[in-house]
Amino acid sequence: MTAADTATRSAPGWARLLPGGSYAGRSRMLLLRSATASRRTWPAIVSGFAEPVFYLLAMGSGLGSLVGELPGPDGRPISYAAYIAPGLLAASAMNGAVFDATFNVFFKLKYNRLYDAMLATPLGPVDIALGEIGWALLRGGLYATGFLSVMAVAGLITSPWALLALPAALLVAFAFAAVGMAATSFMRSWQDFDLVTLAVLPMFLFATTFYPLGVYPRPLQILVECLPLFHAVELMRGLTTGAVQIGLLGHLAYFLVMAAVGVVVAARRLEALLLR
Amino acid sequence: MVQARDLRKRFGAFEAVRGIDVDVAQGEVFGFLGPNGAGKSSTMRMIACVSPRTSGSLQVLGMDPDRDGPRIRARLGVVPQLDNLDTELSVRENLEIYGRYFGLPRRHVRAKAAELLEFARLTERAEDRVEPLSGGMKRRLTIARSLVNDPDLLLLDEPTTGLDPQARHLLWERLYQLKREGVTQIITTHYMDEAEQLCDRLVVMDGGVIVAEGSPAELIERWSTREVLELRFAPADRPGAADLERHAERVEMLPDRALLYTADGERSQAALHSAGLRPLSALVRRSTLEDVFLRLTGRTLVD
Repeated sequence: MTAADTATRSAPGWARLLPGGSYAGRSRMLLLRSATASRRTWPAIVSGFAEPVFYLLAMGSGLGSLVGELPGPDGRPISYAAYIAPGLLAASAMNGAVFDATFNVFFKLKYNRLYDAMLATPLGPVDIALGEIGWALLRGGLYATGFLSVMAVAGLITSPWALLALPAALLVAFAFAAVGMAATSFMRSWQDFDLVTLAVLPMFLFATTFYPLGVYPRPLQILVECLPLFHAVELMRGLTTGAVQIGLLGHLAYFLVMAAVGVVVAARRLEALLLR
Repeated sequence: MVQARDLRKRFGAFEAVRGIDVDVAQGEVFGFLGPNGAGKSSTMRMIACVSPRTSGSLQVLGMDPDRDGPRIRARLGVVPQLDNLDTELSVRENLEIYGRYFGLPRRHVRAKAAELLEFARLTERAEDRVEPLSGGMKRRLTIARSLVNDPDLLLLDEPTTGLDPQARHLLWERLYQLKREGVTQIITTHYMDEAEQLCDRLVVMDGGVIVAEGSPAELIERWSTREVLELRFAPADRPGAADLERHAERVEMLPDRALLYTADGERSQAALHSAGLRPLSALVRRSTLEDVFLRLTGRTLVD
């Protein structure tokens, strides 16, 4: 078998909608590459897992002993730890995905010229975008699985619906990774990454991770309701506490749109940057 | 293997390649010689199907890069100007994973990587990370990587820039071995010795156009004399060009020396001596592609 035989064979039918040659259907090879590389960078991956657990300990157990109980999404009282845990789950999916899709991608794009090397093969920009976003998603999924296990062990899961929090976390990670990668393609230097922190940190603190939306006056509520992390937190909190209602589908739709826009912009921008 | 007609590449207002015609035949080593900014790398990127052409026609391996980019790239080996090895992977993994990008099966790339490590003399460093390798080793690894798909056409952009002489010679030897194996190669370089050593045929590029074409020997014969007399004078008794022109077919006055183009350097030197001209140093050498380039463009090739 030669490389020519397999050049475009594996592209699925929908790939014909994309501009010619931008997708070889081989983005899993980027996952293989990332998995191989990560064998040496596992401490970074472990630290991403530990961070939300630390928050849960400090805020949930520490601060939670002062706060006591809060009304959950369906009005029944739940412990403060059970209240913030789904928020932290959403935030860890966001953080893992965003940092992988921004810092790591920027390094590969500008310093390693890794994507230039890949584009010399049959791989196209869509393979690269999907492969890198897919890796960020896997990482986010790994964190989510770990954190959900911690929640289960700590007795913070009160409903079997919580099993669905894992695929939901994957979708959230995918959407954040896609938008993160698209944003990275516009960055010119490391200074621009302060903007990422500026977007992610306030969201983490203020998008109802730690307290209900009701504490804000109405105009601020509307602002918070626009933030992606708010929708992720609502989704997770509904699932882990069993307060499942039709409105959760709206949050899902938010992330589907976000993911689609992110992938398209990221692939377009990679093409504009690398295939000049 | 490659056929270009009136090929052009424009970046905004700047036209990097301004209408070139190129034909590269199977099995030959073809060179683009020219200074930095001549349009060599832009041309290479168009041939490598990673840069769409602005206008003109281009066929690579009988296909159109605009339409069949991935299918062409599947049969190309590319050595870029700057090494872009994967610094997060080991030497061996760089070869194996790269092979996987071509869709080659795992077992195939494993055997191929072992073979290429031998070829690049890197077997002992196979499990090392890429970063600590020397410049020459990284370059050899980049070339080995470009061969992982057994390419029909190998594109080498400035393959030996920045290497010490020993590393260069080892690389040349590897490229020559590939040539013997029948791999068609396209090389860009701004080193005339490299072009003379490696290329069967080459074009001289300057300012986005081709200014001459032929084998190194043909180009030298056509555009230069057999020998060159290089003279250095003390600034005080540096003669005018007219004084020297009587003793040569052509004279080039460079800032630091004068070049006299002549069929017989020894005889010209004797004639100068009888005319009372006393250079600080005089050297007779054979004409090179550097002289061809100077003749064609009025400038030296390497800064």
